[in-house]
Amino acid sequence: MDIDTREIRFSAERLAEVYEIIGRYPEGRQKSALLPVLHIAQAEFDNWLSPEVMDYVADLLGIQPIEVYEVASFYTMFNLKPVGKYVLEVCRTGPCCLVGAEKLQSHLETKLGIKPGETTPDGMFTLKTVECLAACGFGPVMQVGATYYERLTPEKADELLEQFRKENKRATYC
Amino acid sequence: MEVYRKQGGYAAVEKALKTMTPDEVLEEVKKSGLRGRGGAGFPTGLKWSFLAKPEGVPRYLVCNADESEPGTFKDRDLMVRNPHSLIEGMIVSSFALGANTSYIYVRGELFYVIRILEKAISEAREKGFLGKNILGSGYDLELYVQPGGGAYICGEETALIESLEGKRGNPRIKPPFPAVSGVWGCPTVVNNVETIAATSWIVQHGGDEYAKIGIGRSTGTKLISACGNINKPGIYEIELGLPVEEFIYSDEYCGGIAGGKRLKAVVAGGSSVPVLPANLILKTMAGESRLMSYESLAEGGFVSGTMLGSGGFIVMDEDACIVRNTWNFTRFYHHESCGQCSPCREGTGWMEKVLHRIEYGHGKMSDIDLLVDVAAKIEGNTICPLGDAAAWPVGSAIRHFRDEFEWHVREPRLSQERNYGLAGYADPLPVQAAEA
Repeated sequence: MDIDTREIRFSAERLAEVYEIIGRYPEGRQKSALLPVLHIAQAEFDNWLSPEVMDYVADLLGIQPIEVYEVASFYTMFNLKPVGKYVLEVCRTGPCCLVGAEKLQSHLETKLGIKPGETTPDGMFTLKTVECLAACGFGPVMQVGATYYERLTPEKADELLEQFRKENKRATYC
Repeated sequence: MEVYRKQGGYAAVEKALKTMTPDEVLEEVKKSGLRGRGGAGFPTGLKWSFLAKPEGVPRYLVCNADESEPGTFKDRDLMVRNPHSLIEGMIVSSFALGANTSYIYVRGELFYVIRILEKAISEAREKGFLGKNILGSGYDLELYVQPGGGAYICGEETALIESLEGKRGNPRIKPPFPAVSGVWGCPTVVNNVETIAATSWIVQHGGDEYAKIGIGRSTGTKLISACGNINKPGIYEIELGLPVEEFIYSDEYCGGIAGGKRLKAVVAGGSSVPVLPANLILKTMAGESRLMSYESLAEGGFVSGTMLGSGGFIVMDEDACIVRNTWNFTRFYHHESCGQCSPCREGTGWMEKVLHRIEYGHGKMSDIDLLVDVAAKIEGNTICPLGDAAAWPVGSAIRHFRDEFEWHVREPRLSQERNYGLAGYADPLPVQAAEA
């Protein structure tokens, strides 16, 4: 990760986006922008929130760093450690398990040689198990970046992995 | 937008803003008997009438689109396929409540849905349905979409409000209720996506017309998201009062159990509501046909009934393992507990551990009553309903499927090789019907 050497600062377009978001709330309530701005920050800085990035967000919103840390650590979408280019978020909740999510997960573990929470040595994939993605009728479901991949089978998952390897572009939520 | 307009879209906005007062809109919603579609089923008109209206203090309407109850996936589809129906509902509802700024809080995972909503909002603004002095009525409304961060608990209305304020999703102690002190301490109404979308139809056609649909106090239609071991999983809009048997077996809806298997159990309203075995979901204890309505599904209380909840309809076939499914749901609640209240934070964790050991062949007979005991001690002892939601699936699974739990303990080896099957709670329908 080259995050240590890069200056942590939003581009002019991203900054404009941040100020537009702050404008959605009454004056003095800019803290409400925290979740949307953290999503932008994560997408901008290698899909994870380093302490430096969180401090930058705190500074932008005029709040204490701890107010950012406690929020970032509460919500599951924020990565507090570096992750692979593609974070494979496999739903592990009941309805998906009724239609084969456990098989899909163990297939991915074997195929990639990693357990949930780990990243492949080439930095390409991070496997993450998540709770209900609200797509229960179309399980097994896996989210990668902003996209839901539904009705997955081990074969379809293999094709996706190939496709991601070819694209080789970091997938983020926004 | 064009399609929606052609089909009569935004007529409710014109009608409400040009010919009605906010109180008249409220009156129609009250008459309609519409009940909250997020799970609790609380009468919407009544909820609105509790909203405090102090002079000079802004009021807010927040739409709860943090859909994350396992088994529930109706709101996502509604927003993707028909975003304008939600926006139109937001406009007439905000008008009724006197809110000039409203938010749609969407679970963060659904960024692509957020983009769809944002595009639809800007279309509505271009046509003059949002912004200052809408349609020359003098009413102003700004509408924004807020992303969540991945937390089931933010579907609870006070946790959602905390999250909207940029904080952890810890539910607040009530009272004060949001109607008095919600977002930034201002009076706030939080309603589900489906509830709000229904209000524009009610305004356009009148509350009395809406009340004619459905059965008894379950008026109107409801989106049911059906999943699990059925032939046709998906989202179905049903008139409340449809027989459960028809919903499961008719080709118009779920199309029967997948692979010609037999029905074992159903969780009728999202993972939180009590699970029922096949015989009790199809018929009540009194032998009456069970209907898809708030009252009929609750018939028999928690002894032999369940709840309509959010309409997340999870169907399990004869091969499903009740112990495994209960363990899975409990793991979910343990993961999603915000950690504020000890009974929920600790209790869900212990239930998960005990269920795990039963499922993996290390259980003791006393574990079963231990689970009942822990569940009973969580229920009712927490700030928000997540505690109850975690306790009910466990309590009901043991109430109705106790022999399956005992079998896991008695036959640890066998239980690792196969599932318990249908056994005593047999599907009461003739085999042919299940295959049809």
